[in-house]
Amino acid sequence: MAPSPVRPRGRGGYWLFLIPSFVLFTVVIVVPFVMNVATSFTRWSGVGTPTWIGLDNYTKLFKDERFWTSFEHNAALIVAMAVVPTVIGLVLSAALFDYIGKKFGSRTASALRAAYYLPQVLPVAVAGVVWNWMLHPSYGAVNAIFGTKVNWLGDPDLALATVMAIMVWFQLGYPVVIFMAGLQRADPALHEAAEIDGASWWRRFWHITIPQIRPEIFVVLLTCTIAALKVFGPIFVLTRGGPGNATMVPSYFSYLNFFEKANVGYGSAIATVLALIIVVVTFLFLRVQERDS
Amino acid sequence: MSAERPVRAPGRWAVLAALAVLAVVMLSPFLIVTLNAFKSPAEYSSGGPLSLPKGLYLDGIIDFWNRVDFGEKLWNSLLISGTVAIGAVVLSVLNAYALGIGRVRGRLWILVLFLVANTLPQESLVYPLYYLSKEVGLYDSKLAVILIFIVIQAAFGTYLLSSVLGQFPREILEAASIDGAGKWRALSRIVVPISRPTLSVLLIFFFIWTWNEFFLPLIFLISNDNQTVPVALGVLQGEKMMDATMSSASALLGIVPAVAFFLIFQRTLTRGVTVGAIK
Repeated sequence: MAPSPVRPRGRGGYWLFLIPSFVLFTVVIVVPFVMNVATSFTRWSGVGTPTWIGLDNYTKLFKDERFWTSFEHNAALIVAMAVVPTVIGLVLSAALFDYIGKKFGSRTASALRAAYYLPQVLPVAVAGVVWNWMLHPSYGAVNAIFGTKVNWLGDPDLALATVMAIMVWFQLGYPVVIFMAGLQRADPALHEAAEIDGASWWRRFWHITIPQIRPEIFVVLLTCTIAALKVFGPIFVLTRGGPGNATMVPSYFSYLNFFEKANVGYGSAIATVLALIIVVVTFLFLRVQERDS
Repeated sequence: MSAERPVRAPGRWAVLAALAVLAVVMLSPFLIVTLNAFKSPAEYSSGGPLSLPKGLYLDGIIDFWNRVDFGEKLWNSLLISGTVAIGAVVLSVLNAYALGIGRVRGRLWILVLFLVANTLPQESLVYPLYYLSKEVGLYDSKLAVILIFIVIQAAFGTYLLSSVLGQFPREILEAASIDGAGKWRALSRIVVPISRPTLSVLLIFFFIWTWNEFFLPLIFLISNDNQTVPVALGVLQGEKMMDATMSSASALLGIVPAVAFFLIFQRTLTRGVTVGAIK
């Protein structure tokens, strides 16, 4: 067969299409990222000339209790935004797909799915506004409904747990929708065979449903873990990291140093560490997923 | 077999009831916010958050709308999200054309770069972006936010679209090439029209993701007349002037556009939410 005519004239010249991106990416991502890393080795208030101080920001960072606390809170938010929604989402999507869908019709299942998904369509800052109002210590609806007088977001012992609960509410619909889409792809024959063999619903769920949607579980855990590491909007709107440091997270901690305390070098060091952690987590997930498949 | 029926029947209703209760819990904040946005402050303090409003009290919503000039915030959000969506789709198509169809050298590394750019936290870019935009006089302008988000969204779009275009039927492109079509013509007349369904999913995702953004718009859009809806609502939190019903009116105004988009785009979204899952 003669070489197709598209090759000789097609090969070259395609890189021209990358030029706009090359320019924009350099300006918006590459240069700022390099500048941020460079700034993290300096003391700088944002005006004047930065002073080079080597690794001082990093040594200070690793001794800073606020920094470690903020990462502990990040871990708690990974539980609230990735782990708990995934676990509940698995049970819910399986129940909707092969129980409700089969016994009450797929319209009932989709209606319930839509109800679980609705919080996900909100801008996360708006979700924060909603809950700020619901939980307001003097006029909030939650206290009025339960007859309590709890300061949900203002009590240092409760604030983190409250933020976690709100994030579960916010995230839950995402795994449900993804998992239900995954279950549609899965082969129903296995399930039916197991049902005929008398396997209970829970056994089938554990041994058939979960293995079938493994790729979806990976994707949900990865994206939600990254979202939890980056979380800023809800913290800004709900608690601003407080009371005290009760809900401080790295992204808000860096924001504070950048824009309120004028510790730009220190803020850059926090942001650099956060970026490093996120990139490492992403690659670990992708490696595990690759080995798994 | 027949003896088993009555035993199983309550079971399935119990499952349905449990799932329905959960649905009500998930929806209750929406319902309670809506209920109270239409009450007067006096009605709220006497009847509490769960009483039904006695008629439609619109002053809370109107007051809040006028005080923050909400129409302007809606327009800002619409303008920024719309421009970003279109710009990011164009940029993604150009990149994916070179990477997926053109298979330029080093494409794997370029893709990894886009992926990393997409996962980087905005915190690690924000201060230099803030500083540079001040230097060139773009700080506190919608243009700066638009440019930044075009790039961030296109990083994801390129990653996704490259694998889609990598499977583009070669025969069609070869036929076009025989007919004398250049690369631009092949892109605009063949690749774009055929990939339209994927592109429209991307367009909607970019629009909604940009609409929902908070961190960068909060930092870049400080003057009132540049703010987007989430920023305006987020910043007004805890203002003294806000009473209980006006706060719920403000929450409702944040909810309505988001839910409206969801309803309008629902069909495209349910088709595409698994696509978005890669993000």
